[in-house]
Amino acid sequence: MAIPISYNIRNLKLRKGLTIMTALGIALTVTTAVFLMALLAGLQRAFVASGDPLNVLVMRKGSTAELSGGFDASLFPTLKTLPGIAKDNNGDPIASGEWVVVAVLPRRDGTGDVNVTVRGLMPEGLTLRPKAKLVQGRWFTTGQREVVVGKSIHDRFSGVNVGDSMDFAKGRWNVVGVFDSGGTAYDSEIWGDFNQIAADFDRTGGMGSAYLRATDPATAEALKNRVSDDQRLKLEGTLETDYYQKQTSSGGPIKYIGFLVAIIMAVGSSFAAMNTMYAAVAYRAREIATLRVIGFSRPSILTSFVLEALLLSLLGAAVGIVLMLPFNGMSTGVGNNVTFSETVFSLHMTIGVVVMAVIFAIGMGLLGGFAPAYHAARQEILAALRG
Amino acid sequence: MTLTRFVTKSAFRNRRRSILTVLSITFSLLLLTLMMTVWRGFYIDKGSVESARRLITRHRVSLTQSMPIYYREKIRTVPGVVAVVPTQWFGGLYMDDKPEHFFAQFGTDPNEIFNVMTDFKIPPDQLADWQRDQAGAVVDSELAKKFGWKIGDRVVIKGTIFPVNPELTIRGIFVAPQPSITMYFNWKYVEEAVSFAKGTAGTFGILADSAEDVPKVAAGVDAMFRNAPQPTKTESEKAFQLGFINSIGNVKAFILSICFAVLFATLLVSANTMAMSIRERTREVAVLKTLGFTRQSVLRLYVGEAVMVALIGGVAGCLLATLLVEVLKQAPRMGFFFLGMKVTSLTSLLAISVAAIVGLLSAVVPAYHAAKLDIVEGLRYIG
Repeated sequence: MAIPISYNIRNLKLRKGLTIMTALGIALTVTTAVFLMALLAGLQRAFVASGDPLNVLVMRKGSTAELSGGFDASLFPTLKTLPGIAKDNNGDPIASGEWVVVAVLPRRDGTGDVNVTVRGLMPEGLTLRPKAKLVQGRWFTTGQREVVVGKSIHDRFSGVNVGDSMDFAKGRWNVVGVFDSGGTAYDSEIWGDFNQIAADFDRTGGMGSAYLRATDPATAEALKNRVSDDQRLKLEGTLETDYYQKQTSSGGPIKYIGFLVAIIMAVGSSFAAMNTMYAAVAYRAREIATLRVIGFSRPSILTSFVLEALLLSLLGAAVGIVLMLPFNGMSTGVGNNVTFSETVFSLHMTIGVVVMAVIFAIGMGLLGGFAPAYHAARQEILAALRG
Repeated sequence: MTLTRFVTKSAFRNRRRSILTVLSITFSLLLLTLMMTVWRGFYIDKGSVESARRLITRHRVSLTQSMPIYYREKIRTVPGVVAVVPTQWFGGLYMDDKPEHFFAQFGTDPNEIFNVMTDFKIPPDQLADWQRDQAGAVVDSELAKKFGWKIGDRVVIKGTIFPVNPELTIRGIFVAPQPSITMYFNWKYVEEAVSFAKGTAGTFGILADSAEDVPKVAAGVDAMFRNAPQPTKTESEKAFQLGFINSIGNVKAFILSICFAVLFATLLVSANTMAMSIRERTREVAVLKTLGFTRQSVLRLYVGEAVMVALIGGVAGCLLATLLVEVLKQAPRMGFFFLGMKVTSLTSLLAISVAAIVGLLSAVVPAYHAAKLDIVEGLRYIG
């Protein structure tokens, strides 16, 4: 027969001080783990959501990033004639030649300079990114030194409001709008006219990359292969989704260091939980012996104490998750090793993160609770009763 | 029996509890030491004396913009400049694009690179071999070890920024004070194959007369190109590297918050144990007092016990951290992150002191209660 769980709950209540201290220790560990996991989840989201399954990114063969590409602009008309490209209302193919360059901006809090991505694009570039929506002002005009900034850039840097002017490359640029692409990597970019950007960064006559919009996902796959197989072009097509999936690796160092920190902290907390549980067992030696005399079996005592440890760690997990809630949505930047610039993303406490945190806490509870529970179940009845 | 011996005896009277507490503190201190080591590597370590004399000039707009090569001779005329060498990030792939095969390749001028990197040691005959072979390369000893390369080995790198796949022969292996996964090769190789690479430099490495001259040289170089089509930004080597670290995100806040969480958790664990162990001994305290122990000595006894347990944990944590850093240096996925980092004696000392303070703080409240205990009450106490 099982010992009722209310027995464990009452015991935890009785030794309030000890319970609270141990649970807080576990809570801190859970908080750290949740923080790290939320960071990774946010990063993943920013990159994965950036890609559009209909878009095919074209770069020079062998080049792995838009920044390192570059091919002759005379290839662009040929690209536009490829079958499978969606047409806009005027019947023109939706294709955009682009340049991705990097500019240095000062951080709003004055903690130094940060590299940010500047993208020069053709008007069709806006059509093929329907996720990017204007939230303030207007889009840039072709042929003007005008830029629109992503939402993260707008939030994190000073002097990038509509009406401000920015200084980069060869002169001033007027900020005419702010766009929001739903927390994707594009929110960390500044967009301007293709020809203006190319001229300012000494890149006229070429283009860094081109984007083609396919009519449907299956055509996108075919279009990608058509670009790569065309011997005249010496170009390579990639699905935009695949391209961004690869960039998630920018979070690599955070990921591995995060794992390391979480595991070391968890081991430390498990030892602390074990200590508390051993004390609980020692304190109740006579009580446990009485339970045995009444007829509770060894397995039920073992289960009862493991449960008590689990309750303790779950309490810790709950406190830990609540402690992290105010930080949900807080944004930070990560250096993107593909674009050499900062991509801003926010802490994202998904259901998955919360579930993982609970599992993590249960693991700590089991690790810390099993040995003391085993010890309790194995006690000699007589010796314990004599105390 | 001396007081110390008494403290030692009572610290380990409940062996299991003490060991668990020590282990818990050990892991917390391990993390703390690790974080302090990373902090030191990033923000405090100034590098070698030679490194403090070096500057890096780049295009003002960003690292990805190139500068014309004639800047080199102009920089040479700035007072305080001893040597100037162009370097260009090649960014090629070795074997495939897996992160564990990544390493840094720089195109440079073999005749001057080691005059700027004066603290890089390379045998003179190997250097001469490299200078003779335009398709030659030199690699850091750490990188050579990573891929098991020997002198004479051929390495093919696939260009991504520059459309050329250099086939290089390793002519020398150098040893740097800060090991890194770096390869240098002759930039002429790429210049001859790729027209747009001709006459360009990504950065210039500069060696100044002395560390004191560094700010003056930086200002001098930037002033020279202020109105040129390609303006420059010159900073000390350390500042240049910090720029990269800052791009990982707000690392300072990240490390600090982990340190505080760890410290607070350690304090909780230690305080918990001390509270348990002192409460258990309420009757014993009363007996000690009847024997004539003063309040002060009872206080000292318990505080000493807590500090001792924490100190053992602290020392063990530091030792483990030293080991872990060595292991992490070899870990393939960590790449270059931990290279050049070391748990110094100062870091260890600091970590152990933190442990001692945590022990002290954790014992104060319970020990104070024990010292204040009324003898008759204590004798009556049943655990």
